[in-house]
Amino acid sequence: MRKLTEQLHQPDASTPNVGASLPHDSAIRHVTGEARYVDDLPEPQGLLHAAVGLAQSGPGVNLVMDLSQVKAAAGVVDVITIEDVPGKTDIGPVFPGDIVLADGTILYAGQPLFAVAATDYESARKATALAKCENTATSPVLSIAQAQVDGCTVGASVEFALGDAEAALTKAPHQINGELSINGQEHFYLEGQVSLAIPEEDGGMLIYTSSQHPSEVQKLVAEVLGVAFHKVTVDVRRMGGGFGGKETQAAQWACLAAMLARRNGRAVKLRLPRSQDMSTTGKRHPFHNQWQLGFDDSGRILAADIVIHGNCGYSPDLSNAIVDRAMFHADNAYSLPQARIVGHRWRTDTVSHTAFRGFGGPQGMITIEAAIDDIAYTLGKDPLDIRKRNLYSAANGVTSPYHMEVGEAGLLNELIETLEHSSDYRQRRRQVNDFNREQPILRKGLALTPVKFGISFTAKHLNQAGALIHIYTDGSVHLNHGGTEMGQGLFTKVAQIVAAELGIRVESVQPSATRTDKVPNTSPTAASSGTDLNGKAAQQAASTLKQRLIEFATDHYKVRPDQIHFADGQVGIGDQQLSFAEVVQTAYMNRVSLSATGYYRTPKLSWDASTSKGRPFFYFACGAACSEVTVDTLTGEYRLDRVDILHDVGASLNPAIDRGQIEGGFIQGMGWLTSEELVWDDQGRLLSNSPANYKIPAIGDTPPDFRVALFDRANDEDTVFRSKAVGEPPLMLAISVWCALRNAIASTARPGQCPRLAAPATPEKVLDALYDLKQTEVSDEKTSVLA
Amino acid sequence: MTTFLLNEQKVTLHDSSADQTLLDFLRQDAHLTGTKEGCASGDCGACTVVIAEPDQGRLRYRAINSCITLVHSLNAKQILTVEHLAQGNQLHPVQKAMVEHHASQCGFCTPGFVMSLFALYHSGAAPERSSVIKALSGNLCRCTGYRPIIDAGIEALEHAQPDTFDARAEKTVKALSEIETEVLPKDPLPDHSVQFWQPENRLELEQAIARCPEARFSAGSTDLALEKTQQLKQLSPLIDLNRVAELNRLDVDEAVLNLGAAVTYSDLAETLLADYPEATEWLERLGSTPIRNRGTLGGNLGTASPIGDGPPLLLALNAEVTLGSVRGLRRLPLHQFFTGYRQTVRAADEWIDCIHLPRRQPGSLFRVYKISKRVEDDISTVCAAFYLELEQGKVRVFRAGFGGLAATPLMLSDWQNSLLQTDWENIDIAPFAESLEAELHPLDDVRASARYRQRVTGNLLRRFHLETTGTAPTRAIPVELDHA
Repeated sequence: MRKLTEQLHQPDASTPNVGASLPHDSAIRHVTGEARYVDDLPEPQGLLHAAVGLAQSGPGVNLVMDLSQVKAAAGVVDVITIEDVPGKTDIGPVFPGDIVLADGTILYAGQPLFAVAATDYESARKATALAKCENTATSPVLSIAQAQVDGCTVGASVEFALGDAEAALTKAPHQINGELSINGQEHFYLEGQVSLAIPEEDGGMLIYTSSQHPSEVQKLVAEVLGVAFHKVTVDVRRMGGGFGGKETQAAQWACLAAMLARRNGRAVKLRLPRSQDMSTTGKRHPFHNQWQLGFDDSGRILAADIVIHGNCGYSPDLSNAIVDRAMFHADNAYSLPQARIVGHRWRTDTVSHTAFRGFGGPQGMITIEAAIDDIAYTLGKDPLDIRKRNLYSAANGVTSPYHMEVGEAGLLNELIETLEHSSDYRQRRRQVNDFNREQPILRKGLALTPVKFGISFTAKHLNQAGALIHIYTDGSVHLNHGGTEMGQGLFTKVAQIVAAELGIRVESVQPSATRTDKVPNTSPTAASSGTDLNGKAAQQAASTLKQRLIEFATDHYKVRPDQIHFADGQVGIGDQQLSFAEVVQTAYMNRVSLSATGYYRTPKLSWDASTSKGRPFFYFACGAACSEVTVDTLTGEYRLDRVDILHDVGASLNPAIDRGQIEGGFIQGMGWLTSEELVWDDQGRLLSNSPANYKIPAIGDTPPDFRVALFDRANDEDTVFRSKAVGEPPLMLAISVWCALRNAIASTARPGQCPRLAAPATPEKVLDALYDLKQTEVSDEKTSVLA
Repeated sequence: MTTFLLNEQKVTLHDSSADQTLLDFLRQDAHLTGTKEGCASGDCGACTVVIAEPDQGRLRYRAINSCITLVHSLNAKQILTVEHLAQGNQLHPVQKAMVEHHASQCGFCTPGFVMSLFALYHSGAAPERSSVIKALSGNLCRCTGYRPIIDAGIEALEHAQPDTFDARAEKTVKALSEIETEVLPKDPLPDHSVQFWQPENRLELEQAIARCPEARFSAGSTDLALEKTQQLKQLSPLIDLNRVAELNRLDVDEAVLNLGAAVTYSDLAETLLADYPEATEWLERLGSTPIRNRGTLGGNLGTASPIGDGPPLLLALNAEVTLGSVRGLRRLPLHQFFTGYRQTVRAADEWIDCIHLPRRQPGSLFRVYKISKRVEDDISTVCAAFYLELEQGKVRVFRAGFGGLAATPLMLSDWQNSLLQTDWENIDIAPFAESLEAELHPLDDVRASARYRQRVTGNLLRRFHLETTGTAPTRAIPVELDHA
């Protein structure tokens, strides 16, 4: 008989689980440098380093590559092109169109053309520069406007309709129209794209990668290799940031590394240097959106006609779902009684734009927020009053343009009222107005904007998750699930959930690397759903194990099930208290299975894409932010003075982690709308391809006065411990910064005049907006609508 | 032969290439993978390590970007990496504060932040938000939004006490001085395997140039190293100017501030700001703390970039520059130095020796403005410096230097002369701003349009006029002008 351990796993202190601000599970390893990322793993013997040759020019046909010098370069062991792909060449995640290496045609500047494996990283990179490529340049489509002219799309347009917007618009007392260009955003995960492929016996391939979607990497690697999925195992312990940029677009590098590894029978690591990473991967989608609103004297919207134009880049990737989500958020928190929302998916000859925190939602939401501001400026009212006038409510209506009832209407109204008071909005509005009357050069702006974000994948089948839990005979617990850790604290939260379910301390639960051989067929860690889905699946697995232990104990100790309690690492069985580990050992000796899987699927979803009606979301996560800025009218530079945030996370699983998501999302969204400017040349080459010329927020951009509170109320829906998803929604709180900048600019306008401000509002764009107001004549079309 | 302390261990490099970066050495050769590569261009700070060196018997700790620091330039210094801070399970106070404040999410940038905070911890800085922001200006985090990191930094400073590094300091200083005296060869010429010269004085520098005329000069390598990490060029052979005594002079006489060309921005700050406190914001916006800990004014002139931040200030202040070579030293006004796009009068075998600034004239008015998309660690869209002396209210001297507006750092003699003898307090500045804008022919580029550059430059003249004649605040970006 195997001897059981006498060293029972018994953590010292009693720590609370769910609802406690426990540190990130890797926090200590982060600060000591012990946390390993793919490039930090001990290198396998004979490791080769791969590099990718990218198209240096814009799109073209008749691509001919002379790679003889690349092959002959020092250290080079192998070079592959599309001809060398043993299996499928298309790695499109949903729809076809993403080819793993160029096939006779350059689709966009920065496209991977070939891959090199060499004995060291520097040799591989140097060799790629020796390629001689020729092609016949074609004239690139780089703008939405050009794509419209040429009729280039990656998918069919979609329309949502509620009532008859067209008729209602013509009857409305006031009508305005407007448009907004919204540029994209580089993810700038600090850890760039990387994969390590290790060939195994039996034709297997083990991939260590930095991906939000290990199951898709497994599928695509298997397909390019032409092997069954069970030959490929993908392991993701953690990512150094993902933000959506590693949802679909981490797979290509794994596929290339795997092909080189298979050909050479050696492990291959492929890590993109930063400028290549920025040049060859997709961004947040640029959009150009238009609106036409009809409203009454009070500013109440009567009808809305909103047209969303997404710039998708060269392939579908996830663009259809992204433009859908922009449409789903074009109402944001506002009831649009008669509405038409149309979403177009334009194809352009650039990198394929992809998932990025918010997934189209931000671009939809900022559109209606800009339009609401226009109503306020047109009527000469405080924008907050117009916002409150139009919120979903019993009086205004709770039906969205896609015919879903917004259950959170009451919460939204209360949340905004609460923030209005706690941020002292009205008093500060008066102070801002006084300041602007007195100051010749500086202008202040203030804005309070809401967020209502739909939670669930709009592709229904993705709303499922699995988990695997083992209890070992010392009472320690191994936890695995399909979600990936990219910094958001998923592993910590799920460990808290499992610990709570088993009545043990969180230290007893060991989260482990996400692996396709432990939990199969997983969804990407995306759509803010990581905890909702995997937390529930893990809870279910834990519950199964607990139930087995209860059944066993009932029988073994001759007690009723209700006499058994799991808490603080102890199991109360009738009158006796046994440690969890003792009970586990006894169960093992009596042949009880101590391993279980868990599974969850989100209930209540019913989206009918053919009618554009139904319930695409399980629930909404809400929030609001109030931002105050000071603008220098000489240079367009500005400062974010103060931010107040109230955000709805349901019953928080971990307030510290949730606050981190809120603050981090806010600053990331602020970067999108302020300093982060993507610049492309006339061939579609990214000029802003380095952190030297693409500026994400730095530490001084964090507002000196930053007040964040949780609207800590249990979710009405049955989510895990009644919590709410928190990954994406806070990003859109930053729309308040953009609106505040526009508010400061508007203070220089004539009554009724609406400033035009691009996104991102770089200092240059702010100065442009200020100059435009100076130069616009009174006979301007916008003001004539008023007359 | 290069010898240094890697954490506590003495390391001698025998055969690594002259242009190997410290980051590559740490990750590939020393297998210390706690230090990360985020960009390999000195912009993100994930690779931050701390360099300790003796300074008047004590140790001075400075954060640097290991990705653009050449490992051979660290002779006789101590390199401290993130793996070394904790003692067993006992976290260093800055690490502890980061954990307690939930200041890491994905964790990839965290080692860099920890090291910058460690240098700050040893700097004696006040436990204030501004100290933390300044110290972490070169560290990017994409996850947290920085608030918890700022809080962690303030708390660590509030409770700063001598740590194990202080306890070992004497031993470390001794070990480093032993390397200086016992290990380093007196001959500045390297063995053949490593093409890296590190002269100690002008004479040795001349010898090195004579022996290896094709060698390039390197100081902080904050710009030079990018040719290797971004363009994959070979940099060696190299002559490192960091240890040349004469190039490290920092002295002030009655008329002139002499700033040695190899003095880092961090080291020249006190001297420069004593006379020209209005340059405080400019200096804080010039690169980041780790860049300023390595970058030099000589390097900034040597690269002759039209968007360098040094030249506009130096031109407005009427600086002179001394160049050195085997033929001796020559000194010339800085406005004669730049000849074209990244072209100067410096001959291939000449080094930049010293920059000379006139002392502050009583009553003179001076401002230097930098405009960029981001405040911390960004390249200038426009940099403009204005200098003014009045005599009975009339403009007696007016000089302006501009960056980001032409192929070279720019002075507009005719335009600036048009302001002479005007009644500064009462002039209408608008026509001068307009004529300035008309003189400028900048380019559209990734940072801004030509139109913005023109508008902003005219407006900066307006701002200068407002600030030197009026009282209304003109700046959204906060700036400490207490000493002005």
